[in-house]
Amino acid sequence: MNWLYDFSYLTGGIHNSLSEHFEPSTVTLIEMILAGVAFMILFAILGLVLVYAERKVSAFFQQRLGPMRVGKWGTAQTLADVIKLLMKEPLMNKNADSFLFNLAPYIIMIAAFMAMAALPFAKGLHALDFDIGILYVSAVSSLGVIGILLAGWSSDNKYSLIGAMRSGAQIISYELSVGLSLLTIVVLTGSLQFSTIIESQANGWWIFKGHISAVIAFIIFLIASTAETNRGPFDLAEAESELTAGFHTEYSGLKFAFFFLAEFANMFIVSAIGATVFLGGWMPFHIGGWVGFNNIMDYIPPIFWFFGKVSFIIFLMMWFRWTFPRLRIDQLLTLEWKYLLPVNLMNILIMAFLALMGWHF
Amino acid sequence: MKSIIKYFKDIFSGLRSLVKGMAVTGHYFTHPKEIITQQYPENRDTLKMFERFRGEVVLLHDENNEHKCTGCSACEVACPNGTIEIIPKRIEVDGRKVKAIDQFVYHLQMCTMCGLCIPACPTDAIVMANTFEHAVFDRSKLTKILNKPGSKIMDGIK
Amino acid sequence: MEEVTQELESKEYFINMGPQHPSTHGVLRLVLSLDGEIIKKVEPHLGYIHRSIEKMCEHDSYQQIVHLTDRMDYLSCHINNEAVCLAVEQALQLEVPDRVKVIRTIIDELTRLSSHQLWWGVMGMDLGAITTFLYGFRDREIITDIFEETCGARLTMNYNIPGGLFFDIHPNFQKRTKDFITYFRKKLPEYDTLLTNNVIFMQRMKGIGKLSKEDAISYGVTGPTGRASGFSCDVRKQHPYMAYDKVNFKEVLGTEGDCLARYKCRIAEMWESMSIIEQLIDNIPEGPVKVPTKAVIKLPKGEWYQKVETARGEFGVYIISEGQRSPYRLKFRSPGFSNLSALDHMARGCKIADLVAIMSTLDLVIPDIDR
Ligand code: SF4
Ligand code: SF4
Repeated sequence: MNWLYDFSYLTGGIHNSLSEHFEPSTVTLIEMILAGVAFMILFAILGLVLVYAERKVSAFFQQRLGPMRVGKWGTAQTLADVIKLLMKEPLMNKNADSFLFNLAPYIIMIAAFMAMAALPFAKGLHALDFDIGILYVSAVSSLGVIGILLAGWSSDNKYSLIGAMRSGAQIISYELSVGLSLLTIVVLTGSLQFSTIIESQANGWWIFKGHISAVIAFIIFLIASTAETNRGPFDLAEAESELTAGFHTEYSGLKFAFFFLAEFANMFIVSAIGATVFLGGWMPFHIGGWVGFNNIMDYIPPIFWFFGKVSFIIFLMMWFRWTFPRLRIDQLLTLEWKYLLPVNLMNILIMAFLALMGWHF
Repeated sequence: MKSIIKYFKDIFSGLRSLVKGMAVTGHYFTHPKEIITQQYPENRDTLKMFERFRGEVVLLHDENNEHKCTGCSACEVACPNGTIEIIPKRIEVDGRKVKAIDQFVYHLQMCTMCGLCIPACPTDAIVMANTFEHAVFDRSKLTKILNKPGSKIMDGIK
Repeated sequence: MEEVTQELESKEYFINMGPQHPSTHGVLRLVLSLDGEIIKKVEPHLGYIHRSIEKMCEHDSYQQIVHLTDRMDYLSCHINNEAVCLAVEQALQLEVPDRVKVIRTIIDELTRLSSHQLWWGVMGMDLGAITTFLYGFRDREIITDIFEETCGARLTMNYNIPGGLFFDIHPNFQKRTKDFITYFRKKLPEYDTLLTNNVIFMQRMKGIGKLSKEDAISYGVTGPTGRASGFSCDVRKQHPYMAYDKVNFKEVLGTEGDCLARYKCRIAEMWESMSIIEQLIDNIPEGPVKVPTKAVIKLPKGEWYQKVETARGEFGVYIISEGQRSPYRLKFRSPGFSNLSALDHMARGCKIADLVAIMSTLDLVIPDIDR
């Protein structure tokens, strides 16, 4: 059971046994393929679970039961939906730019994959540990907007185009706030590397250690990352009641499923970043000095901590979505440029001051 | 200075209103007992419509397969949509030829469930039933003959 | 150099909103000309659900006409029914019993409540808060149950006939209605928490789609939409019919004439409706529920106009009779049609998202407009 607490036993074991049989370059190749397959499986499972979760959560917010037919409590509903989507006819407008139209969903998916590669899931379960991990993830995860823009542009549909343009304006502005709110914590850790950030939270998570500043940064991060993933109340790019389905109005079947999946994957990614930076990643909940308590917390494997925290943030995002009305495009920009950004900058200053004086724990 | 205070006030009051809204939805999320939707086909046994619910027109038959319709066509006239078609025939009663129904044709697909035919009937032969599961795969199934085969008019109804 | 400037100039473009669109609430087609997201012009195209109800009325008996009005503004069907019945009663100089008057008034107000509840839910959904839709329906469901028990149908009730009511109220009616009022008095503040006090909502509604009092009058905008602009047009107050002269209620008037005013007007009307029902529900006089009419009603030669206040505004019935069993000509004045005509005026210069909000606060029911 040791591997559940430290995945380097598992990964190291695989590496050693592979090294006995193959050349080092072949080992790297095999390991890359293994990691890729693992991520694909994770992606599929995430899609299934999150779509089901969203439907159930929204149902309970709305005093409904949600899907109940397929499987016990409707658990197989998403599976049935996937099969349905696979069997649907891929439609395309006559005048659509077919190359870009077909390319767009893949760009979104690839962006999501790339971002996921750098996430630390548990101790030792970390595909890429860059020294600029945060920078990389936030850079890559905003690549998805290219897919959205392309989808809107190539669909030959004015609704799609409007949706895409909105989404462009939105993601470019909110990218700033996401980055800056993460920087607030980086000021404390002094490193952009995920593993270092997590290690630095062994004696308490940053959201507790960083005083009110960290809490403000966390709230800003939540708002901005919800906006970045194009989810309600910031779902202007889709805006069902205004633009029918926004940038993916013309997509059907599997390609639509890709957009759908990418939305949930992106949600997972930003939640994972939030959980890692603010809530200590896979680090168990520790209170400095309480040895007994800390030991009990350590019994829960890190991977459960990680997914627990991520689901907490995802739940918050769902809660937002199912409570609030949508913003208008000018309000969206006002919120970013007049409220989030100035507050964020101020917050960084305060945090820098705290760090300088050594007032954080 | 004032504007700065207002700026922060705006932020806080805004956040507070959002949190209050979340409290409402949060309340329902944590109280699954208050769920109001029903599991429809599963609850067929317990699902009871209100007695006055107008689901479809039926011609009442008693246990002897007798009904009260004289074929007077009053309901046909009262119906705004041409839903009811009375096809009469002449039968012989005590040596006299009287009018009776051959077929009481009811086009369910045209019925708006307005209920105007019911009070129009002088003998209270028809009523609105509570049934509501009218979906069929073939449209022709919606045209119904309401008098059962072999049925005849009750004694004493004129 | 000239070519460059030409390329940079932005051009207006057209977009078809509807006939199939999530927020046109039915088959309404709006041709928008847009500059970016800014609306330059809105041109409603009607007729997608035209069923020539007025023409059909020329062949139907007066009892049958009543049930056709259910299919116009289906959210205030009882009030529509009542308008026709009142016109016929007026022509026949029938005085309906007091019991009928009170019951009709109560059900009118219940209809108005249920219509506003649905409007509130849909309003939230149009603005992207889907949960409100379910909450609105949850509360409306109780009223529909009351209707079903008493009138026999949930939506197209057809409970009025010329001369009275189809049948007496169900024995449970009073209790259920009282229960509902107690329940809804607790739930209505929740509506405020979810939408009215929400910053996002406030920002989206304030100052959007302004309609001045003069414009409201000149476009013939009535109902809560007109009253939000300060145009006092409540038929219940100005030409009381049924039991409205016996009850105490306020005509809710706004001043701003923007979306928020219209929204608040409807919410305030819900409170008023509840108080009207409370005043009447315990005081339903005993007596018959209809005065007998002939099986074939023939109106004398002449013309009659009767207006009532539906959930959307002033609904009028104009009957010209030649003494036959059906009218020579029958004209409905539907509130939705006039209210829609002001849409272009209100929406110019707004954004697409605002247009959706404005349409929501107009509370359009398309079959009412097309007939
Ligand atoms: S309920 Fe109305 S539409 Fe149906 S048959 Fe009777 S009169 Fe005709
Ligand atoms: S059902 Fe009644 S009204 Fe209709 S034909 Fe028979 S007796 Fe006459």
